[in-house]
Amino acid sequence: MAAILEIENLQTQFFTSAGTVRAVDGITYSVNHGETVAIVGESGCGKSVSALSILRLIPDPPGRVVGGHIRFMGLDILALSDAEIRKVRGRRIAMVFQEPMTSLNPVLTIGRQLTETLEHHLGMGREASNARAVELLGMVGISDPQRRLAQYPHHLSGGMRQRVMIAMALSCEPELIIADEPTTALDVTIQAQILELMRDLSKRLGVALIIITHNLGVVARYADRVNVMYAGKIIEQGSALQIYHQPSHPYTLGLLNSVPRLDRPRQAKLDPIEGQPPDLTRLGAGCAFQPRCRFAVTRCAQEIPPLETVSEGHVSACWRRDDLGEKMRDAS
Amino acid sequence: MSVQQALPPGGPPRGSAETIQKGDVLLDVRDLKMYFPVTEGIVFRRTVAVVKAVDGISFQIRKGETLGLVGESGCGKTTTGRCILQLERPTSGEIIFEGQNLNDLDARALRPLRRKIQVIFQDPYSSLNPRMKTGDIVAEPMYVHGIEPDAKARERRVEELFSVCGLSVKMIDRYPHEMSGGQRQRVGIARALSLNPEFIICDEAVSALDVSIQAQVINLLEDLREEFGLTYLFIAHDLSVVRHLCHRVAVMYLGKMVELADCDELYDNPLHPYTRALLAAVPVPDPAIEAKREHQTVKGEVPSPMNPPSGCVFHPRCPLAVESCGRKIPEFREVKPGHWVACTET
Ligand SMILES: Nc1ncnc2c1ncn2[C@@H]1O[C@H](COP(=O)(O)OP(=O)(O)OP(=O)(O)O)[C@@H](O)[C@H]1O
Ligand SMILES: Nc1ncnc2c1ncn2[C@@H]1O[C@H](COP(=O)(O)OP(=O)(O)O)[C@@H](O)[C@H]1O
Ligand code: SF4
Ligand SMILES: [Mg+2]
Ligand SMILES: [Mg+2]
Repeated sequence: MAAILEIENLQTQFFTSAGTVRAVDGITYSVNHGETVAIVGESGCGKSVSALSILRLIPDPPGRVVGGHIRFMGLDILALSDAEIRKVRGRRIAMVFQEPMTSLNPVLTIGRQLTETLEHHLGMGREASNARAVELLGMVGISDPQRRLAQYPHHLSGGMRQRVMIAMALSCEPELIIADEPTTALDVTIQAQILELMRDLSKRLGVALIIITHNLGVVARYADRVNVMYAGKIIEQGSALQIYHQPSHPYTLGLLNSVPRLDRPRQAKLDPIEGQPPDLTRLGAGCAFQPRCRFAVTRCAQEIPPLETVSEGHVSACWRRDDLGEKMRDAS
Repeated sequence: MSVQQALPPGGPPRGSAETIQKGDVLLDVRDLKMYFPVTEGIVFRRTVAVVKAVDGISFQIRKGETLGLVGESGCGKTTTGRCILQLERPTSGEIIFEGQNLNDLDARALRPLRRKIQVIFQDPYSSLNPRMKTGDIVAEPMYVHGIEPDAKARERRVEELFSVCGLSVKMIDRYPHEMSGGQRQRVGIARALSLNPEFIICDEAVSALDVSIQAQVINLLEDLREEFGLTYLFIAHDLSVVRHLCHRVAVMYLGKMVELADCDELYDNPLHPYTRALLAAVPVPDPAIEAKREHQTVKGEVPSPMNPPSGCVFHPRCPLAVESCGRKIPEFREVKPGHWVACTET
């Protein structure tokens, strides 16, 4: 399958009074046509910054992409002019944010927000764009779409606003949608509705998805491939099955062991990862996970482990990847 | 149905079942209602509607027990907690703590009881005063309530609380913004413990935390429960966390209680269609299981509590609904010992 997006050694930094924040510190991954790729990791590990970098939405100052390449359908994203990137953003790559209220315009009707995009990006006339808006709202499961066109965002519930955001994201038939915590603010039953809808549409329309989330259940259900991030780096990458059934990095294993699970008998005690995530302005010389790692050896504090192959399509950045494979699996 | 009949017994939990089963009822909430007026107009305020945030719920919590309270956003969980904390004056109903009806007590008589009931909030960022050092934040309730009046003794107690909660004593001089979310949540817990409470309301206390930190705080809450014999009302929307931590679980929907049972019973044998929908909506962290699982998502949105549906409040979204569900409010009945449900069709 052909990659539509290729990210190579991307580095994004913020220059603050407290020092340089290495928010994204050399990540490499690709997304194939129609595929769903998840990015998981703890708060502050660089998930959103990596996504915003793809759209060239990093606020400058204080931030800047300082290295790497982003190729999208033959375009060199980082080399595009401002006018050129605007043609990609929203049109060929769409984004769905966590809080739909902040990304919808509160003083414009739902209808106007949808038709404006259609007229602006696709050059549609009034009538055609209206008809298309009704069709889009129907597609995302909003009942009585004709009437909804006249409503304002605050008339809608959180779940409905998120559906409108998805309709807007789909309006220009993008090749890629980036969804940053698309359902974190929603209740579980609504979350399930929205995610099933996104999966359905992506399969039907062949749209690729990048889902950013910290919910390991959501990743297991919806992702084809998974990138696990820690302190600005991808520390493990593989298919969903590889990541969950053969975790090959102590951090991934730690994440999987920290969550109580409905599909297993109740545990006496949870097994958390001790300690705190690191400060991205003060990264040491070695593996960023070393201070919290149960498997660390001397070398871990001295040299950064590179991403290396565990098996076909599965990589991990851990010095003890090979000798710990079996041990870690037994522990999980 | 009389209030007495509506009273679910404090059911036996797993684990240390026997001790808790025999234990005394610590908190008894009877037919609690909390309606908020919705007003319009600036000069002449008039009430245009009421929000039935909590609409007649009853439950008991025994000493040493942890009762989970789950349900979707806006269903009345926080309001229930605020009524117990006496931060709201309920529209009607009774809250009986250690045999004393809180409605009957004046501010003076309430004071010693308030000390025994503490709360840990969801948001460690906004619930701590940003201008106070965390050590002072933990010491403040002791100062206000006049316990440990001696400054040296108070300091020692703060140090003790910090180490009980897994915080380094060095952090006493830090400000909240100099700490991580998990550390701030520990400060909130230390403050709640400072008055030696018997009962703690945890309102989404671990919801905002990352999974690795969440597991640390859950373990801490469990350790404290054992060490100090604490009783918890654990409000949360994460059903896996609730299953891990609670002895019994109550499910709320639009201000009403729809199901209440022992934890294992509720998860193994959910009876209310809403409870089933909630459980079905949780994806488990295993792609092999998820690939095989059909997802039957429940339709529609949660209606507004300003204008709740007639009859059973869940009927517009319910897969089992029959014609009578839109007319008759289902009785909250005990279908098995300790297992209560408000549904006629299950
Ligand atoms: N002071 C108030 N005035 C008017 N309505 C209120 C007030 N406090 C709460 N409500 C309403 O009561 C209902 C229940 O609120 P509550 O805060 O208890 O919900 P919740 O279950 O805790 O939700 P969440 O999980 O989102 O915090 C909501 O519809 C809310 O808008
Ligand atoms: N505007 C900014 N100025 C300074 N630092 C920033 C800014 N935006 C993000 N960062 C930092 O970049 C890192 C990664 O942030 P982000 O990608 O938002 O994390 P998350 O994984 O939670 O989405 C964090 O350490 C964050 O503090
Ligand atoms: S490289 Fe060392 S410290 Fe890092 S995850 Fe592997 S064993 Fe742990
Ligand atoms: Mg983010
Ligand atoms: Mg709440």
